Amino acid sequence: MSIAESVVAHPVAASFACAHCGLDVPPGLVDESVERQFCCQGCRAVYAVIHEHGLDRYYAFRAEAEAAPQPASPTGRSYTELDDPGFQARACWTTSDGLAATELYLEGVHCAACVWLVERLPSLVPGLVEVRLDLPRSRALVRWDARAVTLSAAARQLDALGYRAHPSRGLEAQALRRREDRRMLARIGLAGAAAANVMGIAFALYGGFFNGMEPEYASLFRWASLAVTVPAMIWGGGVFFRGAWSALRVRALHMDLPISVGLLAGFVHGAVNTVRGTGDVYFDSVTALIFLLLAGRYVQRRQQRVAADSAELLASLAPSAARLLIEEGVREVPIEALLPGSLVEVRAGDTVPADGVISAGRSALDLSLLTGESRPTDVGPGDRVHAGTVNLSSRLEVMVERTGEDTRVGRLVKLVEEYGRRRAPIALLADRIAGHFVAAVLVLAALTFAFWARVDVGRAVDHAVALLIVTCPCALALATPLALSAAIGQAARAGFLIKGADVLENLTRPGRMWLDKTGTLTEGRAALLEWWGDPGARMLAAAAEAHSSHPLARALVAAVAPPSDVPVAIVETQGGGIEGTVAGRAVLLGSPAFVRARTGALPPEFERRARELPADGLTPVLVAVDGAVVGAAGFGDPLREDASAALARVRRRGWRVGILSGDDPVIVGSIGRRLGLGPEDCRGGVSPEGKLRAVEDESAGGSVVMVGDGVNDAAALAGATVGIAVHGGAEAALAAADVFIAHPGIARVADLLDGAGRAMRTVRRNLVLSLCYNAVGAALAMAGFINPVVAAVLMPLSSITVIAHSYRARSFARPEPPPCR
Amino acid sequence: MYVLLPVALIFAAVALGVFVWAALSGQYDDLHTPALRILHEDEPAKPVQPER
Repeated sequence: MSIAESVVAHPVAASFACAHCGLDVPPGLVDESVERQFCCQGCRAVYAVIHEHGLDRYYAFRAEAEAAPQPASPTGRSYTELDDPGFQARACWTTSDGLAATELYLEGVHCAACVWLVERLPSLVPGLVEVRLDLPRSRALVRWDARAVTLSAAARQLDALGYRAHPSRGLEAQALRRREDRRMLARIGLAGAAAANVMGIAFALYGGFFNGMEPEYASLFRWASLAVTVPAMIWGGGVFFRGAWSALRVRALHMDLPISVGLLAGFVHGAVNTVRGTGDVYFDSVTALIFLLLAGRYVQRRQQRVAADSAELLASLAPSAARLLIEEGVREVPIEALLPGSLVEVRAGDTVPADGVISAGRSALDLSLLTGESRPTDVGPGDRVHAGTVNLSSRLEVMVERTGEDTRVGRLVKLVEEYGRRRAPIALLADRIAGHFVAAVLVLAALTFAFWARVDVGRAVDHAVALLIVTCPCALALATPLALSAAIGQAARAGFLIKGADVLENLTRPGRMWLDKTGTLTEGRAALLEWWGDPGARMLAAAAEAHSSHPLARALVAAVAPPSDVPVAIVETQGGGIEGTVAGRAVLLGSPAFVRARTGALPPEFERRARELPADGLTPVLVAVDGAVVGAAGFGDPLREDASAALARVRRRGWRVGILSGDDPVIVGSIGRRLGLGPEDCRGGVSPEGKLRAVEDESAGGSVVMVGDGVNDAAALAGATVGIAVHGGAEAALAAADVFIAHPGIARVADLLDGAGRAMRTVRRNLVLSLCYNAVGAALAMAGFINPVVAAVLMPLSSITVIAHSYRARSFARPEPPPCR
Repeated sequence: MYVLLPVALIFAAVALGVFVWAALSGQYDDLHTPALRILHEDEPAKPVQPER
């Protein structure tokens, strides 16, 4: 589809829906003579494949699934990097029946119909045995007969169906986490079963408590509940004992400590009374406590897992193949197989796979990943290029010098990883309270014992233990994780992926917020911001640029929408401009130097503009028609519409906002002025290491938040109290950040702060509620009114209050269009 | 009572054992996709033969 077709509107009677994706077909593509219409070539190709294999039932399933429409875009890649022995040794394994298996991450699966289509793949590719899709995680488990078919054949077929396959990264870490998840679930099952059975036995004991019971049977029931409680204590409660022990060893007070004290007090007291054959046992409270606490912890882990998984999926999207140039032509190889000294091809639109030197070709590179510089940089033979930068305009051949971890990007990523490991844990609200709580409870228990010891030592022990159990902070321990995990879950649905529980709390302590310019404040693309001169010349210039792929040319075409039927003959000079004839008139446009070289000295007012535009942070382009300069255009990165309003919202919360960018200081200053920031808050030309220093040097109180998207921000994102990666960010930025925002714009950052504020209010209310219950319980215990029945009622009541309150709270609003899951 | 109580506990232990086995063998890993997969099994009779 050419640009002209999408811009120029033809009058049509009715709009058509694409036969594949269901989106409206652009008027220029409607062909009323055929039955089916398609919105793009991608959809047409995918429809043909599906139809040819008799898989039309896909569309019936899709209609039921009511999925959000997405146009298909097969790439036609060869995927031969998946057959590389190095890759197969790393990511594939052999199953017990001699088949090869691996996990692929599939881009573009989103509903029940996709599951059906993907799992039909074995009927399309002979030799493929099974494909099982895990829809929420977009991962497909593929098993195939290595003698009959290659993995790349399966990937090519998936591509033809519109699903791009990526090798799944971080398989071991995932397997480890999955095992831990399963074990946790089993523990919850055990604790739940123990709690339910002990509860049943306890009912019999309560019956005896009120109506009298033969001591012989009471003893039987006690022994039975002891027998059920022991495994729950060892396997389920062990989680808390280990947590408390490791916290004690580093002399920190953790929520696990009061929990462990309460559990142990209840269990030991009950066990002693069981052996003695007399007195109260609190086994039902102890087991219910273990069950509820484990369940709360599991819920919290699951929410954080969703965020971590998504970040890993995005990591899998990083380019995995390089186009190696060999004598016979081009071969796609995995990036890991590249060696220094080899020659690779980088097509327009591709990402440079390794650090190296250009041996042939001229092009413009987008270096924003590395430097934050948003303007394209022109490169030619002999210039050094870095992995991760994007080739914008034409084909390059690059001699590889460094690969993988040795590249500049690789070193930055390593820095980020080191930072993540060194990071000191911050004491969270609940843990700080836990410290005071343990002290208070222990003092109260000692007082209770001392007071009742004067009456009767046996009753003193009973009452002190009752106090320890009834104040065991079940609700308190659930208060924070439940409220936070409910909030993190809502946040994920609203497009904020939050990786840690401490993030929300840190976001409510206003301090310094550093913003990277690209991606957060600006649109991150070139646009025509200023035009000076003849409007007719602007139209001619746009027509001349209509078929150029240069970013500035595209910006001009987007702003002006030239007619497509003008006869154009032009010559493009890489890194300068273009010249030619448009509708019979000689048109020349390009950089001031390019134009000056062809028309001689510029008229004074244009000479002035050519000087002033760069001072405002804009790229000047001059236009000459029939040999005379008649227009000047200023191109720049436009501010987002909502930037000023959102920034004001952030500042009202007490944050000091500043810009920390790798861009030219002039551009950063001009953007800062437009947003009303002081010059001391606008720092341009900052290196990745400089960003990290700026974040570390921030000594004032409160959190330091870094918002960014590039690899050049990654170290600062890792070093900040909270690193926020925004939409479209680089792999390393995502790995380093604590939050990933799936929608563009600074307004979303303000939304995140609002949501964090609401979530922490819920947490505080929860803490107050549970402390009230504990105060009541402690008072009753000290007065000697607690018996197992009162404890059994008070315990779940406080937990249920907290659970209900956590899930009722709405911290993050749902986004307007419902997501398709 | 000395018989009923152990019997009840044994039943509970068996059920728990089944659950623990299911959890550890990964049957709770993905709770979403299998619910969709059952929609697909009602395909018209003809089994799909891989081309050879």
